[in-house]
Amino acid sequence: MSAIVEKKQAEGLASPGWAARLPLAGKVGLGLVIFWIATAIAGPWLAPYDPGAFAHQDVFAGFGAAHWLGSDYLGRDVLSRVLSGARYSVGLAAAAAIAASCTGTGLALIAALAPRWLDELLSRFIDTLISIPSKIFALVLVAAVGSSLLLLFLIAAFIYIPGAYRIARSQAVNLAQMDYVQVARTRGEKAAYIAIREILPNMLHPMLADFGLRFVFIVLLLSGLSFLGLGVQPPDADLGSLVRENISGLGEGAPAILVPALAIATLTVGVNLLIDALPRRRGSKEG
Amino acid sequence: MKPHVEVKGLRVTAGGKDDSAITIVEGVDFTIPRGGVLALIGESGSGKTTIALTLMGYARSGCRIAGGSIRLGDTDILGLDEPGLAALRGDRVAYIAQSAAASFNPSKRIMDQVVEPALIHGRMDRKTAEAKAVSLFKALALPQPDSIGNRYPHQLSGGQLQRLMAAMALITGPELVILDEPTTALDVTTQIEVLRAFKHAVASQGATAIYVSHDLAVVAQMADQILVLNKGRVREAGVAAQVLQSPTDDYTRTLMAAARPAPKPAPAVPPAQAPLLEIKGLFAGYGKVDNTGRPEIPVLRDISLSIAKGATLGVIGESGSGKSTLARVVAGLIRPASGAVNFDGQRLPGGLEQRSRDQFRRIQLVFQNADTALNPAHSVEEILGRPLRFYHGLKGAAQRKRMAELLDLIRLPASLAGRACSGLSGGQKQRINLARALAAKPDLILCDEVTSALDTVVGAAILDLLAELRRELGLAYMFISHDIGTVCAICDDIMVLYGGTAVEIGPRAAYQAPPFHPYTDLLVGSVPELRAGWLEEQAARPAPPAIGPALDGADLCRFLPRCTARIDGLCNQFTPPRHHLPGGSDILCHHPEAVN
Repeated sequence: MSAIVEKKQAEGLASPGWAARLPLAGKVGLGLVIFWIATAIAGPWLAPYDPGAFAHQDVFAGFGAAHWLGSDYLGRDVLSRVLSGARYSVGLAAAAAIAASCTGTGLALIAALAPRWLDELLSRFIDTLISIPSKIFALVLVAAVGSSLLLLFLIAAFIYIPGAYRIARSQAVNLAQMDYVQVARTRGEKAAYIAIREILPNMLHPMLADFGLRFVFIVLLLSGLSFLGLGVQPPDADLGSLVRENISGLGEGAPAILVPALAIATLTVGVNLLIDALPRRRGSKEG
Repeated sequence: MKPHVEVKGLRVTAGGKDDSAITIVEGVDFTIPRGGVLALIGESGSGKTTIALTLMGYARSGCRIAGGSIRLGDTDILGLDEPGLAALRGDRVAYIAQSAAASFNPSKRIMDQVVEPALIHGRMDRKTAEAKAVSLFKALALPQPDSIGNRYPHQLSGGQLQRLMAAMALITGPELVILDEPTTALDVTTQIEVLRAFKHAVASQGATAIYVSHDLAVVAQMADQILVLNKGRVREAGVAAQVLQSPTDDYTRTLMAAARPAPKPAPAVPPAQAPLLEIKGLFAGYGKVDNTGRPEIPVLRDISLSIAKGATLGVIGESGSGKSTLARVVAGLIRPASGAVNFDGQRLPGGLEQRSRDQFRRIQLVFQNADTALNPAHSVEEILGRPLRFYHGLKGAAQRKRMAELLDLIRLPASLAGRACSGLSGGQKQRINLARALAAKPDLILCDEVTSALDTVVGAAILDLLAELRRELGLAYMFISHDIGTVCAICDDIMVLYGGTAVEIGPRAAYQAPPFHPYTDLLVGSVPELRAGWLEEQAARPAPPAIGPALDGADLCRFLPRCTARIDGLCNQFTPPRHHLPGGSDILCHHPEAVN
């Protein structure tokens, strides 16, 4: 069933000229997203230097011909480090955001169609999770278990499931009262069909917008953790770690700190521009 | 004497200012003498509201008044600037919208909102305005005119709010009042009171009025002149009596024919067949069910009915009478608290979970509003294909073939299959809605107000289609409506619901003439006739006679508070018995021979 939905979505997106019909902001967002995905995939091969090598005699060097984006606090090539760091920020955050949104939406659909007591149980449990401060939770876990990519992914996904659930549930509960859902119920449809074919397509757009927001939050959370030294561990570095390790270059206005910060900004802004401009589902008025 | 309102060559367009603009209204001319009432009649999209709004110099967003002239008294309305228009609106020209419930601010008291126009335009001080408001409340026959202003909108009924909105419009003593479908959303028994109040109030103010409606019978009561519109052009204009009695335009005749649907011939039902659907002593509602089988908040009380194979039962009642709940109980969406629902001789399980797929297939529910009953994410093909695959396992070419047959059955082109529902018209959507039910090959279709959201002409076409499908496929219907004309046109038997009880049930012929149950009498008597002067002939209903306090805990007649034939010591003490009337129907009333 979900395969059909995805196919439909893919067809919708693959229809000729959908990108051309996007408003200007959407095109800018699309360009930025494509750029960052490409960077995440191809970055390490494009990097002119080994990201760990001390390639420059100077620390915090400015823009130059040999080192386009200068050097960092140890004299490493900033361009190479950004190119290889993007993989962690984009990949990890996207994976965690997808996991959080899918889990949240799935639980919300269960809550909307399940008997009242299960909905109550689920919702109150999620409320409990929301009350845990996210940064502290991450700090405790990282301190206890030690930082690893898998743990960072799990923490980020777990922290953002409750938010996604709350948004998705409010959508799903309203949609479950629509006449077409009542018709499907009196047709004898199973709950899974109603959830996936009748309700899900109509909540996709708001959930995509929510996904964009969660993605940004996760990039910022991971960057924050890295900034505290608890995120991606050296010698690897994500964009947040790059900002942290070069913080002392701030006074000099070194590209080593400006470029990673700018990278985080363009990534998050691009994702949101694109999602806001995505074509809405046909016929949905407010969706 | 110069006419009070004069409109010449009015043209309204939507879209850009260049050639791409779409003309919505073109070449409309009319004049109204001072104190006259002009009715604008037409279907949705005919431009009637657009024209009415131009009288305030207003065009809806995206539209603009592209040409023509509008004169009110000595004022050229299209020549006014924004401050000029602001001074005009709500002062010299007042507007009464269709949905008063949506037009009041729910967080402010009625009085504050009613006197607002007078205060904004500096017509009078607050004290004078409130005194004037109270006198208008009296003129509009509102209950407790002195204190009703202290209430909030949610504490009042739809009919009361509509009259309060008229008070708000009339408080500045406007020269021109625009009434935009003011009674369309009301129950027919309420409509007659509101119409009477409007007519009286507008006439006593000496105001000129424009009455926008799609209902010819209502217009016949209100208007001196009628302007029939179709697609933004005038089809016919003239004095009300002439347009109604001898229409010259074909379109007007179509409208007249659709307004009062002719009875559809019933197919020869083989008699004495076992009933298809049989309901006995049904109670349903919300909240906990007590040990006598009554729910905490009962919606349906002691309903018994039966529908034979291929027969049609009409269920009629005002909003809140429980008629939709009845359809939902049969469909399985609401569990009955007690009583039996039998389908084709078998007990029908109360909940959806226990029903078999075949039971689901044989009972199909069709909702009033096709906009919300069709999933906006699905195409016509997906909507019709699902029941075909689900019930009959049809796939691929066989499914496409059956789908083409279905589209043919509901008189839509087969090319529509690939379309999204959002691109279809209201009538087309309702046909798809019906086709989805037909795809299951059901025995019984529950039609919940299927024509109420449609234009008269489109609704009449759907009724014809239903009658034809019934002849061809031998379907049985439970046809739920608030309009007795529609129900009489298509149904063999009719059940009248009031407050969740079946106050009268009988064959269609029994509803042609009295005796009726007192509520049926009120219902039948409230439907406006298609001629001028009908409203004046209907004497205001006498107040119900005074009776003692109702006996606590007794299962009394639900209509007791409104009944003008109630008997003290009987109606307020004992449960009404069921009587058989000579006309063929059964009524729930203490009067052995019903009133009239």
